[in-house]
Amino acid sequence: MLLNQPVLPTPLVVGIALIRELGRGELPLHFLASLWRVLASMLLSVLLAAPAGLVLGQSPRLNRIFSPFIYWLYPIPKVVLVPVVLLFLGIGDLAKIVIIFLILFFQILVLVRDQAAALRPELIQSVRSLGAGRRALFRFVYLPASLPAILTALRQSVGTAVAVLYIAELFATRYGLGYYIFLNGSTLLNYPAMYAGIVLMSLLGMMLYFGVDGLERWLCPWLRAGQPGGNPH
Amino acid sequence: MVKLEKVSFAYPGGGKPIFDQFDWEIGSAQSWAVLGPSGGGKTTLLYLLAGLVLPQSGCVTIAGQVLTRPRPQTGLVLQDYGLLPWATVAQNVNLGLQMRSFYGPDGKHAPRPAVALPAQTPDFWLERLGIAEVAGAYPGQLSGGQRQRTAIARTLVLQPDLLLMDEPFSSLDPVTRKDLQSLTLQLWREAQFTFVVVTHAIEEALMMGQSIMILGGTPGQPRVNQLANSLFGQPLDRDSLPYRQLFDELQARLGAN
Repeated sequence: MLLNQPVLPTPLVVGIALIRELGRGELPLHFLASLWRVLASMLLSVLLAAPAGLVLGQSPRLNRIFSPFIYWLYPIPKVVLVPVVLLFLGIGDLAKIVIIFLILFFQILVLVRDQAAALRPELIQSVRSLGAGRRALFRFVYLPASLPAILTALRQSVGTAVAVLYIAELFATRYGLGYYIFLNGSTLLNYPAMYAGIVLMSLLGMMLYFGVDGLERWLCPWLRAGQPGGNPH
Repeated sequence: MVKLEKVSFAYPGGGKPIFDQFDWEIGSAQSWAVLGPSGGGKTTLLYLLAGLVLPQSGCVTIAGQVLTRPRPQTGLVLQDYGLLPWATVAQNVNLGLQMRSFYGPDGKHAPRPAVALPAQTPDFWLERLGIAEVAGAYPGQLSGGQRQRTAIARTLVLQPDLLLMDEPFSSLDPVTRKDLQSLTLQLWREAQFTFVVVTHAIEEALMMGQSIMILGGTPGQPRVNQLANSLFGQPLDRDSLPYRQLFDELQARLGAN
């Protein structure tokens, strides 16, 4: 009987449950739902925060105007806004995407802004002297300069994002790993399945982290290039 | 080739003008050294020549055209930090050509093809500047001398008719500095561009400039004068009398108030 299952099953039992649940067709759907929400919010946050960060980083005037807002909004643990967002945006995917977006947005904005502000004026002047106008400066300088900042911000906040996703998926949804874990743990009391969900959600977090890490290795090879006898720049 | 007429310039909010009714004429294919103490306006003068800043009054004319923006045929090499850290040496050297194909020959960002001079390829310049072996390395992996060679190669790929350098060798060790000074002079002789180098070292000015522009005095009370360099082209002997005399003369004009 289910009620007699131990609260801490052995890894073997969990492994079997994981395979079984994956095979049944339900668990993959929950995984994909969670994955889709995180990826969508990552994309949205990069598309909005990166340009905003670039603009703020290069314009001291605009930065002065917005700095106080960012300063106060940045440290708020966005997880407390979950009920508010759900109230305004309802129970669909959008609410969950927006919540994660809020976390990622501020992280990316601040890091990209600081990176853009740290760009040496000599670099800008040198590239301008080669004939670069605004468009070329963006394409050849600002965009590649902000890549490390974007990827670092993503890497740092993907953990929090998955955690908050879990909380968001506890409320009024029928798909998602958070829902699946909670359902099996609290209602169905199917602990092996619950742990299977936890394992999968952990894997989701790891996948995203190492995925961003891999992106950084691929897109930013100069960061890891060694320094044989050269001056650090 | 280059003419500054009654140029006045002060940084916005900076108060006293750095240049006031300043006149200067540079002939084609000449080599000039701009000598002055740190903070004396040398870099500002170079930026005026490069079109990176514009004078409040007066005008800068290069090859008959009044300067209103950075000119595609002018090359600029700064002291450091000019290379893209995220691009390899080969990519950095190629950057100027990339810029030109990005815009096309619009005459504003890239010159309209007026003279059918065959350009040397980036690979040629990598070899000529001795950095072909590090073509795949990033600036963070290079020595200071290699970085400057890359910066020079990047500029020369574009066949500039005016080359501007801002204290290009001051952060290098003496041996590398001498190497690059000789190499630059050689390249100048080969390519016959007009050459202006900014420096705070009197010896470097004596080595690199046929004529020397001295920015002395203090900010707000600049004193500007010129000197023809009688020792140009000869190996410099620090113990010789002509050298000592010229050196002292320059030093005096630099510090004189």
